[in-house]
Amino acid sequence: MKEFTWISKPYPRVDAEAKVTGRVRYADDLVLPGMLFCKLLRSHLPHARIRRIDTTRARSLPGVLAVLTGKDLPAHKFGILPTSQDQEALCVEKVRYVGDPVAAVAAIDEWTAEQAVRLIEVEYDPLPSYMTIEDALFKEGEPIHAQGNVHKEVSLEFGDVATGFEEADYIREDIFLYHGSAHLPLEEHAAVASYEPGDLLTVWSSTQVPHYLHRTLSKVLDLPMSRIRVIATPVGGGFGGKSDIFNHEIVVAALAMITGRPVKCTLTREEVFYTLRRHPTLMWVRTGVREDGTITAMHFRAILEGGAYGSYGVATTYYVGALQPITYKIPNYRFEGMRVFTNAPPGGPKRGHGTPQPRFALECHLDKIAEDLGMDPVELRRRNLVAPHTKTVNWLRITSCGLAECLKKVVEASRFHEKHRRLPRGRGVGLAVSGYLSGAGLPIYWNDLPHSQVHLQVDRSGSVTLSCGAIDIGQGSNSVLVYTVCEILGVSPEDVRLIVADTAITPIDLGSYSSRVTFMAGNAALQAAQRMRDLIAAAVAEKLGVPAESLIFQGRQVKVGGGEDRALSWREACEVAEARYGLLSATGTYTPPRLAGPYKGSGVGPSPAYSYSACVAEVQVDEETGVVSVEKIWIAHDIGRALNPLLVLGQVEGSVYMGLGEALMEDLSVRQGVIRVPSMLEYKSPTVKEMPEVEAFLIETVDPEGPFGAKECGQGPLLPVPPAIANAIYDAVRVRIDEVPITPEKVLKALERRRKGEEGRFGPGGFPAIRFKEPIRVAPPSPSSAGRVEPRP
Amino acid sequence: MPRLVRLHVNGQVHEVFTPPHRTLLELLREDLGLTGTKHGCELGECGACTVLVDGRPILACLALAVEVEGAEILTVEGLGRPGNLHPLQEAFMEVGALQCGYCTPGFLLSAKALLDQNPAPSRQEIHEALSGNLCRCTGYLRIVQAVERAAVKAR
Ligand code: FES
Ligand code: FES
Repeated sequence: MKEFTWISKPYPRVDAEAKVTGRVRYADDLVLPGMLFCKLLRSHLPHARIRRIDTTRARSLPGVLAVLTGKDLPAHKFGILPTSQDQEALCVEKVRYVGDPVAAVAAIDEWTAEQAVRLIEVEYDPLPSYMTIEDALFKEGEPIHAQGNVHKEVSLEFGDVATGFEEADYIREDIFLYHGSAHLPLEEHAAVASYEPGDLLTVWSSTQVPHYLHRTLSKVLDLPMSRIRVIATPVGGGFGGKSDIFNHEIVVAALAMITGRPVKCTLTREEVFYTLRRHPTLMWVRTGVREDGTITAMHFRAILEGGAYGSYGVATTYYVGALQPITYKIPNYRFEGMRVFTNAPPGGPKRGHGTPQPRFALECHLDKIAEDLGMDPVELRRRNLVAPHTKTVNWLRITSCGLAECLKKVVEASRFHEKHRRLPRGRGVGLAVSGYLSGAGLPIYWNDLPHSQVHLQVDRSGSVTLSCGAIDIGQGSNSVLVYTVCEILGVSPEDVRLIVADTAITPIDLGSYSSRVTFMAGNAALQAAQRMRDLIAAAVAEKLGVPAESLIFQGRQVKVGGGEDRALSWREACEVAEARYGLLSATGTYTPPRLAGPYKGSGVGPSPAYSYSACVAEVQVDEETGVVSVEKIWIAHDIGRALNPLLVLGQVEGSVYMGLGEALMEDLSVRQGVIRVPSMLEYKSPTVKEMPEVEAFLIETVDPEGPFGAKECGQGPLLPVPPAIANAIYDAVRVRIDEVPITPEKVLKALERRRKGEEGRFGPGGFPAIRFKEPIRVAPPSPSSAGRVEPRP
Repeated sequence: MPRLVRLHVNGQVHEVFTPPHRTLLELLREDLGLTGTKHGCELGECGACTVLVDGRPILACLALAVEVEGAEILTVEGLGRPGNLHPLQEAFMEVGALQCGYCTPGFLLSAKALLDQNPAPSRQEIHEALSGNLCRCTGYLRIVQAVERAAVKAR
């Protein structure tokens, strides 16, 4: 195997020095001459009609330059998905959650803007509000949106579930609830807009999706995309929380156009809490297995509490059902899912997008089945694992799959079998596995553009200008781009000038979501660099009279191989090539292969490759207080290839951390439309003291489709953590907590029930009696097509 | 009424006219342009705005600029610069103790205060010193390792 120079090495991230010296400019750090400050007036009611808005007093406050209401804007709604265009930058007719913006002010400073916001008078006619899934489904009254309170319903059946259950020797049903949680990025969302003569609008924003923001601004402001420039600033934490379009991003643009001055809006922490959250999800699952533990059928139902707007919710609903079959062979599978509107902040994608909830349910459910059958939970999983290079019942194409190795690794390292059901009371171990996408196979709106492109420009100085639309949200995309190009061109990071996420000058990348950037922008960078190398090689080969294939690009030199010691320095080679061809330019692109199955809804779930993870948690449960402390986590992740082990391990550990927070404490509960604890002190998240020891293993399976064989690592490793902890709690004290977060109160209640001789469980008591629509019936892929890896289009 | 305050920041003296309710955070970021100091809440809950005042870590969002007049203030810009980094900055880079980097300046300064007081802290003591700083990206493990590594380096 070829030795790499920059790939697979633990170099610091390329932006590390700028970050440790405080030199990175995040959105709120930007200051422009004459800049104004914007504040939004938000609804204090969860559901109400707007009768009247009076801005007279606010306008007359000295220092106020503009006051904006929804009526001052073109009447275009927006939404991240083409099917859910249901939001207004400022509400015109009604508000749908506490926090829905109704007016905005631009003033000379923040303090004046705040004062002016208080002077705006709004009269509302309150409407009945829908606070829970049950309210949304059964309460009478004006629905939140005209379509009714059911936002999306999905019903799919793959294979024949009825027959599958008939073949089963044992069938079990369970109900689970996964509460909502906050993304809680450390950086509050911020945006700055400036409007120059000639209709040139520039918006800087801490966004994960500059391309979608670009499109949305064009739509809602009636301005052609060619007159708009969106620059994503380095994002101070996203986790999906900055992957939607936010009202303030549109409002600052409109205010800049009205006032002719730059305008900044930085959300307060309280406002950030009201932006998006993980969907609270209620789930019911029924599985049939044979005596030997092999699964014959699975039926999974879920209801997602969607909050006030669509956001990515249609996709989220599908995701709740899509990925169960990528870890286990499920020959017959039925999924019924529904997303309902409630008068709460919208549910949006958060790390794992719609899959941590069902993964929690599935892995706890299987643990119970193993217990019922008297089987080792490791063995139960092993008997059902998917094999590499197969297709799932719902037509997902699996390429590399290191799940069996991941499982083996964590089971051995944790000495699971010596501990499981054998530790002293109060102490236990639990296991779970999972899989995740390396980027969504389809864009969120129909288009034929590449999903990612990288452009390289090289000149006589030897400097490489790398441009790409991808934005680094901390995951390390800048480093992946730079190290990939360095590897192929044989240059050093100092030679590379990086320009990212500027829609006026960088080629397209769809955004930093769905764990797609390393895979897709990485592939694009690889192709661009190979093309650039070929270009330079051709010129150098001609000059030296050697075959281009014999040239080696390494150590800032272009060397003649085969024992000759002739070489040009990188700079000389660039000069030779520029003299021959003019300024050197190369573009690489990546578009995933067409992978969607032959059914409606098959667009959610396909990915060019899936990552896999396995996790063992060891916990200590205090039966007096109900407090669970996680003593250690073992996690193995099938990364394909670790392009930079330092960064990959960072993603794995960060995922474990976030999974731990969701498992034990993070709960964004909304009561009567109001977030109980919109502060970082009271919204409990793990501090350094709650973080257990983590032993992480990287399993390399070298995926045929990934750049250098790499797959994702930013989201997948979160998934197995909550169920592994829940299963460990059962091992420790024999109670099942079927609801996250697993707070001490829930543990105590379950323990008390067990003492009384009842079922030692805490969790939802039932699943609403709703009749889902008749499923779309889909035949599974034929066994002959299952092993085939289709070529790229 | 705005008044004149003299602040010693990163070894330089600044004179600024400022209203008495202006926080140190606002003054550093907006008046002096020292945007390396971050904010995640402006309510004293996240630690992102940690700076050192006479060597002690304080939350710049809770301190009034007028209160720290005359004291020595250190921000991330004064900790070290490219080519001449503080051992903590080097260690954070080397072990991968930062991702989005937004919490990093706050952690660096909390850690500096600790190491200045206690050059060989135990893991427990590091946890204690950093427990007021939140990081949403890293899971903290590498931050703790970086502080341990810097402590060894500095010795
Ligand atoms: S900004 Fe000061 S503690 Fe959060
Ligand atoms: S590195 Fe992002 S919050 Fe710490």
